[in-house]
Amino acid sequence: MNAPLHLWLIPLLPFAGFLINGILGKRLPKWLVTTVALLMPLGAFILVLFAAVFTRSGPTDPDVAGAFQLMPYAENLGQWISVGILHVDFTLVLDQLSLVMLLIITGVGLLIHIYSVGYMAHDKGYWRFFAYLNLFLFFMTTLVLAGNVLLMFVGWEGVGLASYLLIGFWFTKKSAADAGKKAFIVNRVGDFGFLIGIFLLLANFGTLTFSEIAAKLAANPAWTGGILTATALCLLVGATGKSAQLPLYVWLPDAMEGPTPVSALIHAATMVTAGVYMIARTHFLFDRSPFALSVVAIVGAATALFAATMGLVQNDIKRVLAYSTISQLGYMFLGCGVAAYSAAIFHLMTHAFFKALLFLAAGSVIHAMGDEQDMRKMGGLRKKIPVTFWTMTAAVFAISGFPPLAAFFSKDAILYAAFLQGTGGEILWFVGLVTALLTSLYMFRLWYMTFLGESRSHDVHPHESPWSMLGPLVILAILSVCGGWIGIGDGLGRFGAFLAPVVGASSTPESSIPHLEWILSGAAVVVALLGWYIADLFYRQKPERPAALAASMPGAYKLLANKYYVDEIYGAVFVKPLLAGSRWLLEGFVDWVVLGGLAWLLGGIAMLSGAILQRWQSGNLRSYAAWLAAGAAAVLLFALMPWLLGGHGVALFLAGH
Amino acid sequence: MSLLHQEVPLSWYLLLSAALFSLGVVGFLIKRNLITVFMSIELMLNGVNLSFVTFAHQWHQVKGQIFVFFVMMVAAAEAAVGLAIIIAVFRARATLAVDRIDLMKL
Repeated sequence: MNAPLHLWLIPLLPFAGFLINGILGKRLPKWLVTTVALLMPLGAFILVLFAAVFTRSGPTDPDVAGAFQLMPYAENLGQWISVGILHVDFTLVLDQLSLVMLLIITGVGLLIHIYSVGYMAHDKGYWRFFAYLNLFLFFMTTLVLAGNVLLMFVGWEGVGLASYLLIGFWFTKKSAADAGKKAFIVNRVGDFGFLIGIFLLLANFGTLTFSEIAAKLAANPAWTGGILTATALCLLVGATGKSAQLPLYVWLPDAMEGPTPVSALIHAATMVTAGVYMIARTHFLFDRSPFALSVVAIVGAATALFAATMGLVQNDIKRVLAYSTISQLGYMFLGCGVAAYSAAIFHLMTHAFFKALLFLAAGSVIHAMGDEQDMRKMGGLRKKIPVTFWTMTAAVFAISGFPPLAAFFSKDAILYAAFLQGTGGEILWFVGLVTALLTSLYMFRLWYMTFLGESRSHDVHPHESPWSMLGPLVILAILSVCGGWIGIGDGLGRFGAFLAPVVGASSTPESSIPHLEWILSGAAVVVALLGWYIADLFYRQKPERPAALAASMPGAYKLLANKYYVDEIYGAVFVKPLLAGSRWLLEGFVDWVVLGGLAWLLGGIAMLSGAILQRWQSGNLRSYAAWLAAGAAAVLLFALMPWLLGGHGVALFLAGH
Repeated sequence: MSLLHQEVPLSWYLLLSAALFSLGVVGFLIKRNLITVFMSIELMLNGVNLSFVTFAHQWHQVKGQIFVFFVMMVAAAEAAVGLAIIIAVFRARATLAVDRIDLMKL
């Protein structure tokens, strides 16, 4: 089994790209920067493909699941930390789950790198952009390959850093710099929970390695709830931060300040799904805590619905997609929460395809419109940019859940699993269904406003993007259409069987209602059509109706348009008190009064005593000598003191005794 | 026994030594002329020398007398160097009043 897979090269190749472009990029010619930036993810992708083929070619078995008997494949790169009970190694583990994630990360990542060559061609921070992008791939592959929680946390923090750098890529723009800070700080809140979860794991299991924790749990079947619930909830806090779930989703819409390929790669396809991956990776923990699982499901369902309603009224094309991403991530959490981990990962994969496509197509639209992101100024772009239009159409139909496109299968798998979830499953399913309706509605709204109708802007001349941008669009469109087909069949078909060794078979209980899956699928298609119909009614047939509807319900519209005032509430409840506390208590009192006062006090004492003692330094030689003599006399007196007090008179001394 | 044959008590020598030393200290402190100050230092040294000799005689130890020779030798060297400095100072500043020689004063 000491097969030379060289997993360590997968993260390290992009890191090398980061070093080369980050250090030398400014001096290198542009074609070399491009070559390095593209070759490294390409190399990583090829290595992942090689690993997939290699692990498949183990002892062959006609059974699909048995064909990957070489997994999990672990690579120990040496000891990292060994203190007391804490032993952490640099362990990379390749199993079915990480393989799927790696394929998505490096595959979609490579496509987005290619796209960026066209999109960022005229930016003067070209080399910096690709250096950050490669850095992101390094940390993301580390996160996915990590064999223990701590190494995963390193990747987790690293992608946060890359995200911060890329959101604030145009840092001279204040809104971009602020958005980067916001993302970083909100993620700190989540990471704090994650860190507490790690401590709890270490305290209760004595190890941070995933496989050992799973083994210890398996050895104690009766161990449920209690501390496990607490640990799972702490991990969930971390996941809600990174995956932009309630209540920590606020950073993701603002993250759209970054360049569009960043939004596609980090804030749609890969990084934000890290939370879902983390829950699936530690599913053995969540499985033991029904309470934590229901919290995950409720958070997911609530986020899905909440974000979808906000997506309805956004006018910025990227913000619509941002809220859509939050909403779709909510679906994935819902899937995790009903223990349908394969379905969640399946949706993660299809979502990576169609959401990356949506963002890249939106980027193409923005590019065509000359950096215009407001959909109210678009319209009628169908004829002008046909390739973008058709690929976007594929993505819109895919995300809305039309068969046989990708999200139809993955979303249905989650909704079906939710419906069969014992208590309250129907409610979760219904929330998911309403969200599906809203999803279809806001996506077709975007579609109509952007591509159909008449152009609402006359001073721009849209032009189709170069092929370096359109190529990835086409490939992703094909994946968005066909990507769901590997999950057809019972228990998610081949995909479910593939993931079963890691996350457990999707053991959906048999339903008492015949053909339930067909009925639920039918319902999902009906709401998708309904959403399309409403969007058609509002934005094609009677374009004046949305405004009239908004005017008839000003309260509701204002609430949605202002995103439920969540930012304002957070600002008033957390940010303002913190800032005021920092300014008045920490800066004003602690810094100025306590620390500054102490410093002044010490300085004052030194200066005052100096001013007094300086008088000794008269420069008068005789005064020095006088002090010397006085000192000598004092020492002499001190030495003779016992003798003087002892009663011996001077007369005795004079007598020679 | 006549007074002449009586041994002089140890304490008398020591008192004389202390008186010489104290005179030297006081002279060192209150005199303004650098040469007088210098002479006061010699007085102190010789006051100490007297105690050394006294104790050497008392305990029949030669070490004390040897120390006196050391002190005399150092005093001679000091006198040579010190007088040279005094002459240099006088040439430079045309005064020997210690109060005026206060270049180190802040």
